Amino acid sequence: MTAEHTFAFSFTEAQQQFRDYLRRFLEDHSPPRRVRAVMATDTGYDRALWQRLADELSLPALCISEQHGGAGFGAIELGIAMEELGRALLPAPFLASAVLGARTVALLGNDTQRAELLPGIAQGTTIATLAWMESPAHDGPVRCRAENGRLSGRKAYVLDGMSADLLLIVAQDSQGQGVYAVRADTPGLERRSQQTIDQTRRLAEIQLSNVAGERLGTVDAVDHALQSVMTFAYTALASESAGGATRLFEDTLSYLQLRHQFGRSIASFQAIKHRMADLLLEVELAQSAARYAAESLALGARDAAFNAHLAKAGTSDAYALAARESVQLHGGIGFTWEHDTQLWFKRAKGSEVLLGDSSWHRARMISELTEGAAA
Amino acid sequence: MTQAREATVRAEVRAWLAQNWNPDRSLLEWRSLLVDSGWGMPDWPEAWFGRGYPLRLAHAVEDEFARIGAVGVAKAGIRLLAGLTLLEHGSDDQKSTFLRPILTGEHTWCQLFSEPGSGSDLAGATTRATRHGDHWVVNGQKVWTTSANHADWGLLVARTDWDAPKHQGLSYFLIDMHQPGVTVKPLRQMNHHASFNEVFLTDAVVQPEHQVGPLGGGWQVAMTTLGHERRRADGMRSGAANHSQVNRAGRIHEEERQENETLMAPYTWYPQRAGRTDLALPRARETGRIDDPVVQQALARLLTLSRAAEWTARRARAALAQGQPPGPAGSLGKLAASQVARAAADVHTLISGADALLMGEDSPREGIIGEILMSVPAVSIAGGTDEIQRNIIAERVLQMPKEPRFDDGPFKDVPKN
Repeated sequence: MTAEHTFAFSFTEAQQQFRDYLRRFLEDHSPPRRVRAVMATDTGYDRALWQRLADELSLPALCISEQHGGAGFGAIELGIAMEELGRALLPAPFLASAVLGARTVALLGNDTQRAELLPGIAQGTTIATLAWMESPAHDGPVRCRAENGRLSGRKAYVLDGMSADLLLIVAQDSQGQGVYAVRADTPGLERRSQQTIDQTRRLAEIQLSNVAGERLGTVDAVDHALQSVMTFAYTALASESAGGATRLFEDTLSYLQLRHQFGRSIASFQAIKHRMADLLLEVELAQSAARYAAESLALGARDAAFNAHLAKAGTSDAYALAARESVQLHGGIGFTWEHDTQLWFKRAKGSEVLLGDSSWHRARMISELTEGAAA
Repeated sequence: MTQAREATVRAEVRAWLAQNWNPDRSLLEWRSLLVDSGWGMPDWPEAWFGRGYPLRLAHAVEDEFARIGAVGVAKAGIRLLAGLTLLEHGSDDQKSTFLRPILTGEHTWCQLFSEPGSGSDLAGATTRATRHGDHWVVNGQKVWTTSANHADWGLLVARTDWDAPKHQGLSYFLIDMHQPGVTVKPLRQMNHHASFNEVFLTDAVVQPEHQVGPLGGGWQVAMTTLGHERRRADGMRSGAANHSQVNRAGRIHEEERQENETLMAPYTWYPQRAGRTDLALPRARETGRIDDPVVQQALARLLTLSRAAEWTARRARAALAQGQPPGPAGSLGKLAASQVARAAADVHTLISGADALLMGEDSPREGIIGEILMSVPAVSIAGGTDEIQRNIIAERVLQMPKEPRFDDGPFKDVPKN
């Protein structure tokens, strides 16, 4: 089915160093108390830290080609970065700009558009985002219209839509479906922040009234290219969820070791141990699914889309379970605002439905098997 | 240098095979030759039928055997566990008596550990060995004994000291299964098969020279046996063990096939107890149930679980191959296998509808589906229940503290069945 023998199931030394470096950087510069401070701000991210991540780690440039000012890395490095960002719960427009935005421009833009738009995203000076949703369904209908380069309609659930400088808007036009690049300050564009359960990941609603936009690329295969963008994003989000679930697991284990009730460590109770053993299994399975999906993409495996759906469903289920178990195993303290578990719990809840919920992805897995390339 | 060494070894084994391998020999004649040559167990010590090679070179030797389809020494069944245990703990006399017929396949073995009263708590064995004059007399009952019906020898754990704490009162023996004091009865399972036996020991005799390890040191020896058993089970589960059943001509292959048939008979339902995930999509297609969104969800959940479990096993193997510790991924395989098996059985039930009521020839796929449904409960019990597995993961991998114990005094005072 795939070139299985080329799957490494492990990381190179350079990849491991990248992970270690990024983890230390985020531990130093974005500990939970910093996450709390940043999530309480209007923009919901720390522009100065974002710029440092761009200047010192080339993070937004990670998957942009070198030709366009990027670092030219692939899905495996992206997976490592997302695991670490999920672990640290960094509030930043990485998924919106460096993954969805950059990938959309790279796959749909023509040479001129790529050369114009990608360097800014790579340098962190442009925040881009993809606005595809209008209704609560991930694959709901697109009613937003573009006529003669003018867009009208409403977009919602736009990731980092308030911070974005560049909005990539999916709209119906005379040629079918198109993606339009719109600068945030274009007249006729109005936006408002949507109140989110997860304050570390912001969403916005965008109103478009006869707004000038530039169509990306040519007519050919817009839907197919958007699907490829999404496959990339599912895999990235899967890695983030695996990283977040791992963090929750580790924090919970440390807490259980410290907490004493009935004269003994609560980690010695079989009722607790068995739950942690089961949770460890789920977390490890989630890591495996995310990493295999990333490796499938990096190798251009024919079943990469199947593996991306599998990983998205598997990891967001595992993340939600880890979050539930984490709060429960912490007991009362776990339900307080003061305790950090709630921050990851909310990210886990959001990631259950962001980019499509698990049932939708499971249905897509079966379509891939019965009619797609993985068959 | 190691590359050169491997090339030399490969050349040597090829030359030896060219001179000696002949599929028209009898199996016993060939294996005798093989055992004495050291090529049968290249990673065993030179003094005991091996060549003292590191594992990598041993694999190279196996590879050369596989290349021409040459038959190896007898490794299937419990006997190799017996061999490995004796190699580590046996006296020189025991090694010279038993290792050779183990490797030639002349003797088959069974493992007399589990008892009706001590399953998960193996160290709670109450089968007793008492010294009578110059020999041991054994009384008690063992259970879940694979191959006891045709075994020549048994690996026996029995209690020799009732005043010592339970782990320190056990001793390890080799028992001759062909004697009046040993009665073997097949144990019928809920899936109609009888793959295991009950073994009744009534004044059975063990010779003093057949005690392995020190008196009261049986638990340590049993842990060696169980360690090898677990590694083998992990290997089989992750598909590392590759029994190529090539149909080759020649007397030796015919004899090996017969040997395998006897040894493998208890295991025909093992693929079914693992749930047969491989049949889920074909069954969903052939029944048309694939179009039902409920079936799709269940099937996708199963595939997510089984693929992720497979990749987790491969991560652990990749880490080992790089000389790193396998990490938690290495300990989770058995727990994952139980989940996969149950999820697969659920999917087969969902797909089959009322056909899931049937067994035997009336059941789909010549009875395979019925057999899956009746066999899956074994996975989460055999070789250590899921509950024990969770304790092991929590205590050894996650370093969570043990529960308080109530069985560390003299064994005679410990509450038991």
